[in-house]
Amino acid sequence: MIRAGIVGLGKMGLSHQAIVNAHPGIELKAVCDSSTYVLDVLSKYTGVTTYADYKKMLSEVPLDCLFVATPSKYHAEIVAAALERGLHVFCEKPFGLDPQAGYRLAELAESKKLVNQVGYHYRFVGAFNEAKRLLDQKIIGDLHHVRVEAYGPVVLRPKGTTWRAQKSEGGGALFDYACHAIDLTNYLIGTPIAVSGTVLNSVFSNDVDDEIYSTLQYSDKLYGQLATNWSDESYRKMSVRLNFWGSNGRINVDRQEIQIYLRNHDAADGFTKGWNVRYTTELTRPVWFYVRGEEYSAQIDHFVHCINTGSTPTSTFRTASDTVLVAAMLRQDAAQARTAVALPGAPGAGIPVAAEVRRPRSFMRSLFSRQ
Amino acid sequence: MQMDRVLFGDNQFFGVNHMSEEKARAQSMRFQEGAAIIEVLEDGYAEGVKTFMCTTHERMTEICDFFRANKHKYPDYTFYPCMPYAHKYANAAAELGMLGAVRSFLPEENKLGALLRGGMSLARQDVEGLAALLIDAEMKMFAGLNTPVIFLQNVATDFLLGLGFDEAFNMFASHVRERYRAEPGFITMNAPLLQRRLEKLGIDNPIICANINKIGFRMCGGMQAYEDLIAEGRCRLIAMSVFASGALPAQQALEYVCRFPNIESIVFGASSRRNIAQTKQLIDRLTQG
Repeated sequence: MIRAGIVGLGKMGLSHQAIVNAHPGIELKAVCDSSTYVLDVLSKYTGVTTYADYKKMLSEVPLDCLFVATPSKYHAEIVAAALERGLHVFCEKPFGLDPQAGYRLAELAESKKLVNQVGYHYRFVGAFNEAKRLLDQKIIGDLHHVRVEAYGPVVLRPKGTTWRAQKSEGGGALFDYACHAIDLTNYLIGTPIAVSGTVLNSVFSNDVDDEIYSTLQYSDKLYGQLATNWSDESYRKMSVRLNFWGSNGRINVDRQEIQIYLRNHDAADGFTKGWNVRYTTELTRPVWFYVRGEEYSAQIDHFVHCINTGSTPTSTFRTASDTVLVAAMLRQDAAQARTAVALPGAPGAGIPVAAEVRRPRSFMRSLFSRQ
Repeated sequence: MQMDRVLFGDNQFFGVNHMSEEKARAQSMRFQEGAAIIEVLEDGYAEGVKTFMCTTHERMTEICDFFRANKHKYPDYTFYPCMPYAHKYANAAAELGMLGAVRSFLPEENKLGALLRGGMSLARQDVEGLAALLIDAEMKMFAGLNTPVIFLQNVATDFLLGLGFDEAFNMFASHVRERYRAEPGFITMNAPLLQRRLEKLGIDNPIICANINKIGFRMCGGMQAYEDLIAEGRCRLIAMSVFASGALPAQQALEYVCRFPNIESIVFGASSRRNIAQTKQLIDRLTQG
């Protein structure tokens, strides 16, 4: 039995607790949070041992692994403390806010041969893994364009009271939301070599970005576009969709289905020329316990499997640091003065804008201010 | 208390489609107005589908208003409320934090009193009192309607099951029985595990609604465990997702489910009268046969 602890009992931490506790290969030994209310209720009704101080928990409770699901800015410190004690670590995304600090933790974990995983759960969705399999075998030929979109209802009012609304706490759609889309794209086609034309806009938030748009470059032949917006309640929940165009067709994929269009195809692999559609019902592998999507259970089972076999997880500190690095590149690009081609005669248009988070639609307003 | 053989579900009305986001969006558009939902429910009634198993989505308010106002037309229309509408809580938790989310859903009426009671329940860690207030808040829209079974949604059931927060099942069951004279029901993706846990808690022969389909889609614990559970007959089963989100043809899908006499009811969703009629007739035929 693998002995586990959890730090941070917000939405993700509690979700992990339910899944970890139900896993036949893990024994949940203790949990830690700053809310004594949550701790008291859990202790009273589930009997779990609770701590308000993670350092105390680490020093008092013999553990084999730690799940970290605190607000992002505490990730690095807690992960480092766990690694120093020789624990395998599963950390929530984005995995800190500083890519260099992330790479240092990756090195530390690798040098200690500890299993290190980050909760990028889209890597465990059946349809996205089918996309990976098909892209790896180049079924649509050489890629020339990818479009990545993530939309959903997270921030729908100007005033948020949690850490997600505070830039200093690691809030904002870039690190807290777009990272899922960036990480999934990294997983499927690799890390971009450059980013440009990045826009971080506020829709509702005062302190942080709510939408991100950017052009991503993967090679001299392959460019992509990223669009994410967490202030879109027309989606019931977060929706991530990728479209790939290649020399032999295209792939559209989201968590429900994958659509593959093949310009030419004659292999005997079940795919035909033209459209092919596969659904989640045939692409999803069963899990031992389900709370809120197979992928949340599957990623924890994968972590356990990696601890037991010494194998490397699909989503590591290193791959997550690549993701944070891309997010940092996007932030840097958005803060730089940019060039734009102005509509002739439009007042204010084309003036380089340099601001990390611009006020709602200022750029659009300046573009269309003549109307 | 007898449950109907065929129950009507609500996923199609609220943009939930496990196969396609496009289809989900098309359905959200089609059912944007309550009248469109009511029309389908009336069609269902005409076809003999008289129980609506529905999430306590805020949009259900106007559906409830309609059936209250038209009791003379639909005297035996029955609701099986399923609570909570989880996305409401999850989104609020992301925005307001855990306790903020709970506070924001305490009852509207008598706001001050309820808030005080809620605040006291919060302060005293009186989870039972708090659960009762939250259940009452979700049930408010069903006042005066026939609600003989009240369900805990699968996200809540399975979350509590995973945590080992077993006492919550008793709290839910006893409040639903005492306050609403209703049978508690549990929706789950982990039926074999849940049944054993509920039995241990003394909740005997519980109503459990779970995915039961020919391809084993979202039947956690495996098909064998489910088929054993069905054979044991220690719970009253409602089969959902019998078509596995459309992956199975109707005839094949229903033949599988109707093979088990211990499955008491089947819940399905549809958007057209033709579809409702076909499914209802097929189930009736396979059940008699």
